[in-house]
Amino acid sequence: MSERIFKGRAVVKGNVSAEALVSHGGFNTLASYQHSLMFGDKTGKCSDQNNPDLYEKPMAGKALIMPQTIGSTTGGLVLYCAACMSRQPACLLFSKEIDSLAAAGAILADVWTDNSMPTVDGLGDEFLSYVRTGDRITVCEDGSVKVER
Amino acid sequence: MELTQRQRDIFEGKEGDVKAKVMKTLIMYGETFGAEKMVDITGKYGHLVTSFGLSVMSPVYDLMDTLINSGTLSSQRFSVDPRPLEKGLPMNLIQNIFFRVMYSKQKDYDEQLKKLGIMSDDAYTCTCYMEEVGNIPEEGDILSWAESSAVVYANSILGARCNRNSGILDLFGSIVGCVPYFGLLTDEGRKATWLIEVKTSKKPEAQLLGSAIGMKVMEDVPYVIGMDKYFSSLDEDAKAYFKDFGAATASNGAVGLYHIENLTPEAVKHGRTLLKEGYKTFVIDDAVLEETERNYPVIWKDRNAKPKLAFIGCPHLSAAQLDSWSDRINDELSSRGLRKVAVKTVMTAAPALMDKFKAGEKGQRLMRQGVILSHICPLMYMNNPQCGSMPVITCSNKLRTYTSARYYKEDELLRMICGGAR
Repeated sequence: MSERIFKGRAVVKGNVSAEALVSHGGFNTLASYQHSLMFGDKTGKCSDQNNPDLYEKPMAGKALIMPQTIGSTTGGLVLYCAACMSRQPACLLFSKEIDSLAAAGAILADVWTDNSMPTVDGLGDEFLSYVRTGDRITVCEDGSVKVER
Repeated sequence: MELTQRQRDIFEGKEGDVKAKVMKTLIMYGETFGAEKMVDITGKYGHLVTSFGLSVMSPVYDLMDTLINSGTLSSQRFSVDPRPLEKGLPMNLIQNIFFRVMYSKQKDYDEQLKKLGIMSDDAYTCTCYMEEVGNIPEEGDILSWAESSAVVYANSILGARCNRNSGILDLFGSIVGCVPYFGLLTDEGRKATWLIEVKTSKKPEAQLLGSAIGMKVMEDVPYVIGMDKYFSSLDEDAKAYFKDFGAATASNGAVGLYHIENLTPEAVKHGRTLLKEGYKTFVIDDAVLEETERNYPVIWKDRNAKPKLAFIGCPHLSAAQLDSWSDRINDELSSRGLRKVAVKTVMTAAPALMDKFKAGEKGQRLMRQGVILSHICPLMYMNNPQCGSMPVITCSNKLRTYTSARYYKEDELLRMICGGAR
């Protein structure tokens, strides 16, 4: 087993451990969550046909890793709804600075629901190229992220 | 964050606990991006992205109830994205049952929007900046809008200032009357980090060019050169072109502002001084656009299926575009000796604009030719799994991105709906 620790900025603080699910391209929140929210899929299976890394993979409870989110400005409310329905990722980890839509979703979930998603950004390109889907991720509230495989 | 006395009073709960929570959310949002202050909204109207009464989105409507019941209403009136449904759309019995179940909250949500402050019963469109709708910000106005295509249009074409706000936060800003000062609200945030050189052999398809740029620059600001040979000014045709271009940059990427050399207001004023030091360059030629289109996934069960439905108007069409499509369809049908379109076709535009068009000669002609003129959001229609499983074609890259609709360039789509092969 090997482990590496990366340091980022805690946007929403929290401690959590979960399995990694990695999107190397931008994460389109609406396209990804559309079907699972609409059709009652509790696993949060990704419905974004344009994302080969995630398409048809369950997102609920995973450490969702991406450069940033893209697409519709419903993005934040989609994450908020996912949190209200307990279908949210365990945490959101960004290699770049977080974008405005993902930040809105993470903050709405933190302020208005009981299902907070610890969120860390600025983890760097090296983090994104190192981490793989299936790795064990541990997030600490100081923004450090441990990757184990 | 430094707050004014009024902002601090709200934050401390002097106008109620719910409003305090709204302010807390906006402050956290701003602090994430290093905002040091909140600035007053100066645009007359807001614009919300959430227009649909989707039964499974009950957390949103519960939140709206919390706001309404506590008297935490919008301080400005607002427009909102298109409704999901209306009478006259093509649908069979099963599709109709699905729609009724899916959008069972629509009437309730419409009532909530009235209580919160919607401009009018007709203010449902993603193109609220059309003259017939009347939500047209002034250059420099500070906005609290969402809807990615509207935000990028307001920033780029109108020169207003608005971040890519999420749904819910759009309304939160309108409630407290201020937004955190960061990103696209600042001069620095409006500078470009990409120089995009368009070197195509002819005027590129707006939604294909926007897609290629969005996928490349993600949320950065592009400064685009080479388009002024196709447009001499920001006239109605140019505005319609860049409306569609911007929608594609925002849905295929996360662009909130673009500058077009010699055309958009800030590019005209400041030229290439808008480029940040160390900017990157991306050249777009015919090969880049061909590759971009070739890489679009097709998720139809049968790739060779005959199209059952076509959508034109995502984002909603302008008056000039409605006129142009009417003429093109008429000419194409005439050249083939046909009287009606061969593929059911729905064209969408803002309610006030479309109703005016329907009453005119070209609108009447289109309807006789079998085209359905509508105000809905095509994306909401396609969300019905019974509709999403149909072979639907579109010239909208935004619709392609979020649904199973298959993208074709406008000329190809025109030929297909008028009975020709691609």
